[in-house]
Amino acid sequence: MLVMLKKTMATALLLSLANLAIAQGTIKMGALATLEGAFTVLGEDGMRGVKMALNEFNYSVGGKKIQLITGSSDASPDSAIRAARKLVEQDGVQVLVGPLSGSEGLAIKDYAKTKPNVTFVNGTSAAQDTTLRKPAENFFRFSTDGAQWMAGLGEYAYNVKGYRSVAVLAEDYSFPYTQVFGFLEPFCRLGGKSSIDARFWVPIGNKDYSSVIAALPDDVDAIYVALGGADSVNFLTQYEQAGGDLPLVGGSITVDQSVLGSKGRTRKFIIGTPASGPISDTWNDPRWNKFVADYKKQFPDGFPSPSLFAHGYYVNTKAALLGLQNVGGDLSDGGKKLRQSLSSLVFDTPTGMVSMDERRNAIADIFLTEVIEGPGGNLVNKTIEVVPQVSQTFGLQYEDFLKYGQVGRENPRCE
Amino acid sequence: MLRFIERHTFWAIIIVLAAAILLLLIFSVWPEWLISAIGRKKTFVITLLNGITLAGLYFLVASGFTLVFGLMRNVNLAHGSMYLLGAYIGYEVSERSGSWFLGLTAAFFAIALSGFLLQTLVFRRMEKEELRQTLVTIGISIIAADLMLAIWTGTTYQFTPPDWLWGSSVLPIISVIKASGTVIYLKYPIYRLTVLAVAVLVGIALWLFLNRTKIGMMIRAGVNDRDMLSASGVNIQLVFAIVFAIGAGLAGFAGVIGGTALSIAPGEDIRYLLASLIVVIVGGLGSVAGVAIGSLLIGLAEQFGLAYFPTYGVVLTFLIMVVVLAIRPQGIMGER
Amino acid sequence: MDIRRLFSGNVSISEIHPAKIILAVFLIAYPSFTSDFFTFQIGAYSLILGTIALSLMMLAGYGGMVSLAQMSAAGFSGYIMAIFGENSVSVMGFGWPWWLTIITAILCGALFSTIVGAISVRTEGIYTIMITLAIAVAFFYFVRQNYHIFNGFTGFAGIEPPKLFGINWRDPVPFYYLTLFMAAFFLWAVFHCSRSTFGLGIQAIRDNPRRMRALGYHVGWHRITAYFFSGLIAGTAGVLLVWFNGRISPGSIGVEVVIDILVIAVVGGIRSPIGPFLGAIVFVLLENFAIDLIDRERFNTVIGLVFLLVVLFSPDGLLGLWNRIYPKIRFRRSVRTNGGRTQWDDSVSSGSFKTVNQ
Repeated sequence: MLVMLKKTMATALLLSLANLAIAQGTIKMGALATLEGAFTVLGEDGMRGVKMALNEFNYSVGGKKIQLITGSSDASPDSAIRAARKLVEQDGVQVLVGPLSGSEGLAIKDYAKTKPNVTFVNGTSAAQDTTLRKPAENFFRFSTDGAQWMAGLGEYAYNVKGYRSVAVLAEDYSFPYTQVFGFLEPFCRLGGKSSIDARFWVPIGNKDYSSVIAALPDDVDAIYVALGGADSVNFLTQYEQAGGDLPLVGGSITVDQSVLGSKGRTRKFIIGTPASGPISDTWNDPRWNKFVADYKKQFPDGFPSPSLFAHGYYVNTKAALLGLQNVGGDLSDGGKKLRQSLSSLVFDTPTGMVSMDERRNAIADIFLTEVIEGPGGNLVNKTIEVVPQVSQTFGLQYEDFLKYGQVGRENPRCE
Repeated sequence: MLRFIERHTFWAIIIVLAAAILLLLIFSVWPEWLISAIGRKKTFVITLLNGITLAGLYFLVASGFTLVFGLMRNVNLAHGSMYLLGAYIGYEVSERSGSWFLGLTAAFFAIALSGFLLQTLVFRRMEKEELRQTLVTIGISIIAADLMLAIWTGTTYQFTPPDWLWGSSVLPIISVIKASGTVIYLKYPIYRLTVLAVAVLVGIALWLFLNRTKIGMMIRAGVNDRDMLSASGVNIQLVFAIVFAIGAGLAGFAGVIGGTALSIAPGEDIRYLLASLIVVIVGGLGSVAGVAIGSLLIGLAEQFGLAYFPTYGVVLTFLIMVVVLAIRPQGIMGER
Repeated sequence: MDIRRLFSGNVSISEIHPAKIILAVFLIAYPSFTSDFFTFQIGAYSLILGTIALSLMMLAGYGGMVSLAQMSAAGFSGYIMAIFGENSVSVMGFGWPWWLTIITAILCGALFSTIVGAISVRTEGIYTIMITLAIAVAFFYFVRQNYHIFNGFTGFAGIEPPKLFGINWRDPVPFYYLTLFMAAFFLWAVFHCSRSTFGLGIQAIRDNPRRMRALGYHVGWHRITAYFFSGLIAGTAGVLLVWFNGRISPGSIGVEVVIDILVIAVVGGIRSPIGPFLGAIVFVLLENFAIDLIDRERFNTVIGLVFLLVVLFSPDGLLGLWNRIYPKIRFRRSVRTNGGRTQWDDSVSSGSFKTVNQ
């Protein structure tokens, strides 16, 4: 035991000496994503976004080289904190980009408050409270939150699709609560209804939707489904099997590329499902097309089209790099100048202009989409509308927005 | 059964009454007061059917588990990993060959082989050290889960079973009669009914195997007294290996069947391992009839919990387990 | 070391094994020559995990009951700290005085363990593993689904130790000494208890419950009391764990973590109280540095392999391995027979892995 400890300490000493040697002309940037567990594919795509941004700057800024150190978590807050600690305290990163999932973001925000000299930039974590309530001075989110992602969908469902009452099916934790809030708030304000009994919160990781499907009411006009990834695939399959015929409204990860492109029978019945989110696969804009082309060139073994995870990490990393460029790579003051620069940063991204609000959350464009049958018979999302410059408080004053209360199972009531 | 009625007349009457009420609930049209009391008929009947079909799946998974324990006293905590590996192998084979049935058979034989090898190469050296065997299975399950994650990543896979097994069927059960007079019948997925049918067939086959064949007789004798069986000249190691192979093969087989119904993803191994654990704890270790009863109880509890109390439904199954343990620690059909 | 002899002044320093002195000096001086990261992330974390594994070892090695619910007891005590003390998510957080919250949390951890014991007291061997695993998972699900008390998936954050005597106990060095003190205390307590009447009774029950029953011992109560004591250990470690992380959520007590504690205890050696700490150090080092040595993503395969190899070839864990190699190195030194330095012949350190449920 003693021998092993001595050996590890010697290695650590050597490593830290080596680190010191490179430290002078290098900026250390950490990237944290879910590279373990069931979200590994999403985390890998996030890392691709980080690398794309770094490639644009050629891994150097202000004359200094940028050393990228990756950290991995498994979507649980504890593992994210452990990885962040290793990156910050052991590897000594000065800028940390990440994490990926909502609950991890809440935990990292708390951790950021204990490390005021490190600059934390978000990955794709989209829980509302990360920046809305008790934000950290050194945590910047250049991507939008889960409620912002729903901008425009509630109005579309009411006005264009003509739905007047919906049932809700979502997982039982903070990110779906945020999404449901973002959808139901405008929907109910216009006069729509969604009774509390018609809201089904399934435990995370639940694979069997057959009984929930049986309990769904038939007297609603549509079902708002805010499931993601594997859960969404399972639900759609089982819904079709059970002979369900109500139209669906999707959350941001319910009918995205990973679900539409999954193996199995093509699900024709979801053609026409509207959804909204921070990207749209088929937006015909030169900036987006260039982003997709770059992605395909740099990562031929990635997804057919960049996911919102690659996009989110790309935007956030690019923002961090632009900030570093603005201060000439000078982090000698513990990053104060960098953070000042980031607070007032406004820049163009593949999905439009992004700027910061006073709690360091992004104001950006949101895309309203609908599922159509693309060329070749496969399913894709068509862009219906771009909702411009959505802020976290949806244009309201901060104090008024807080009155809506924290997201939860019964917010908004909407009976 | 007649003997049961004679000996426990009171309980027999209760059971028949309960069965009659259940049949009435299923086949009659529900009056308004009933609907406002416990919700719609559709929810109740479909949840009931879901519970029974899920019980079928759990029976398939847990029967292998209980067989291995009954004879070899080896709690195979890698059972869940065998389920998942069977599902992945079945997926690969059925995708390459285009035949779902081929995938099914491949999964059964591949995992059966792995079980056979495990027993002969590893567990044979650890006879009578049950705790150590269990720890070995835990180690195997940790490694297997990680390697499967490395090979097949975290994506969800779905099978493509033949068309005649897929889609929804209309059952001769009335859901509701609309105000206009039209009768709406219940729709139910064909595949889930198939799962139930397969489970019943496998159950019958297992019963026949255990009670009407020579090897089955040896197995039953071994469950009662291992040393005596070996003393009577039977090649006990061969019997052990065969039983482990069958148990593992059943897990792999269930992997494809369950994977078709509910898709394959990492984490399924832990889920089905826990389900098997609870089913056999409730039903009694070492008894196939116990597995049937246990899976029925747990399947129904899980589905009714999900449909009627989604927040805490998931804890309901554990509650049942704790209650059974408090009253009858060896399980409903178990013997100490 | 008998406490009476310690106080009576009859103990001389030459009676303590030199290795123990070196170890004690090393542990006390550890923060002075390592970075904060090593002191906190590696040192304190290993000590905390080791203590939780110690509570498992106490039940398994001495009592023959492998309870996988010890981590849940520790987690429960952590949750109580968040609920009755202060937290930053504005759920519960009654704000009780720190000393009261700590005592409540530890007692709640012990209560949880006792209830688990009461449920599984009639089981033996493998059944105990299965039932405690199921209980641990049930607790995980309950805590994840309940938002009113346990704040569900998000859990609690912002839990900190009180600032006493002007020291911020959350800083790496003070916290390390806190965990070192706790670990040393429980280590001593378990050693001492194993030689006490109660401890010997528990070990006798492990070896042959029927005989003990015939002798008039109430086997059930003995077992449940053992669960209570191990719950105290787990509860205290749980308080330190929640201070270490600053947060607690269902992920802290999920199946993977529960199995990790078992892995730590078995790899270290389930026969001696030092084993769990050894296992914890190996585990934490691997977890943090696997990325530099092997692929970070395959950490679970590595730890699973280590676990498997230990169970297959050295069922007493690394400590058992050491016990078998050590005599071979020792032959050069003359064997001193006073002071009890020869190999004790009891089952604790003899290195034989008697199965616990024959």
